[in-house]
Amino acid sequence: MVKSVTSLSNSGLSNWMLQRISALILTAYLIFMVGYFAVNPSPSYEQWSSLHGSMAMRLFSLLAILSIAVHAWIGIWCVLTDYITVRLIGPKATAIRMFLQLAMIAVILFYVVWTIDILWGI
Amino acid sequence: MLEVSIYRYNPEVDSEPYMQAFSYDTQGKDVMVLDVLEKLKTEDPTLVFRRSCREGVCGSDGVNISGKNGLACITPLSEVVKNNKLVIRPLPGLPVIRDLVIDMTQFYAQYEKIQPYLINNTPAPAIERLQSPEDRAKLDGLYECILCACCSTACPSFWWNPDKFIGPSGLLQAYRFLADSRDTGTEDRLANLDDPFSVFRCHGIMNCVQVCPKGLNPTKAIGHIRSMLLASAA
Ligand code: SF4
Ligand code: SF4
Ligand code: FES
Repeated sequence: MVKSVTSLSNSGLSNWMLQRISALILTAYLIFMVGYFAVNPSPSYEQWSSLHGSMAMRLFSLLAILSIAVHAWIGIWCVLTDYITVRLIGPKATAIRMFLQLAMIAVILFYVVWTIDILWGI
Repeated sequence: MLEVSIYRYNPEVDSEPYMQAFSYDTQGKDVMVLDVLEKLKTEDPTLVFRRSCREGVCGSDGVNISGKNGLACITPLSEVVKNNKLVIRPLPGLPVIRDLVIDMTQFYAQYEKIQPYLINNTPAPAIERLQSPEDRAKLDGLYECILCACCSTACPSFWWNPDKFIGPSGLLQAYRFLADSRDTGTEDRLANLDDPFSVFRCHGIMNCVQVCPKGLNPTKAIGHIRSMLLASAA
């Protein structure tokens, strides 16, 4: 079996399922947001902060940022392992790919932590 | 006269590949691309390509004909000639040995990985392992594959990761054994496929379906494998 240390999970099936589940959650979040702005195109500061201050909305936003993280991780990992390879760009590829993968993971984790900080700081 | 452009490369004398121009007199007949190659080889005996059965059975003359992979022996000129031009190149994505002959080692290595044989450790019956007509019918559309590699060498995912992604041809065969009622290796076969590359590098581009000269559908087989993986995980 092919081992892939920087892949989100070592099961292709899990990655595939996560990609789809996270897409559904993000679609739901998007529909909710579009719906919210359709009903209330310019919310006041109080409305906006009370929306995001509720626990249900915090959890929904948390779920959305986790979905973005998972979706981006799997998707970008796929692109990097397709194109940044020794076959395509030569012997330096492995080091470059490792660097890009770790950078990607760092950015994703940063965004997750930052979002949690914002949501629970309201 | 039909203008024919053919990819030439002999690593012993050429520093790099080039396209050689030939002309071919069709005499108004709609012949197969292989007939053109055979005729041009009489003019230039250094031209090298594989062929054997000349009737779409052996799978040895897969080439890229005017941009689309296919078997030279069963591809009529009328299907591929545009503006009186015919362009023939080796199948893309695998190393060229010489002219239109490619090194298929990587392709066969993927085929070997899926264990293309019946696995059944129960004692063999006196005559043969029987199969109902319904179970036998499940192998239709799978067993006909002639391993010509037209599909795998048309698949971008196979171009990028030919050592990790099984490719449409190998996966069609993987499903051929997963679907066989006489095979008892299903769980092990599935376990060997559940990494992020072997099956899941297929992004459903369907180039494979578009080129298969036997009219087979590897994408559908890959979908079945995915469902089996899901069912065995759930
Ligand atoms: S459907 Fe899958 S196997 Fe077929 S060409 Fe596309 S990526 Fe390759
Ligand atoms: S599936 Fe079709 S194109 Fe692919 S190797 Fe088999 S016969 Fe050739
Ligand atoms: S020569 Fe055998 S398939 Fe074309």
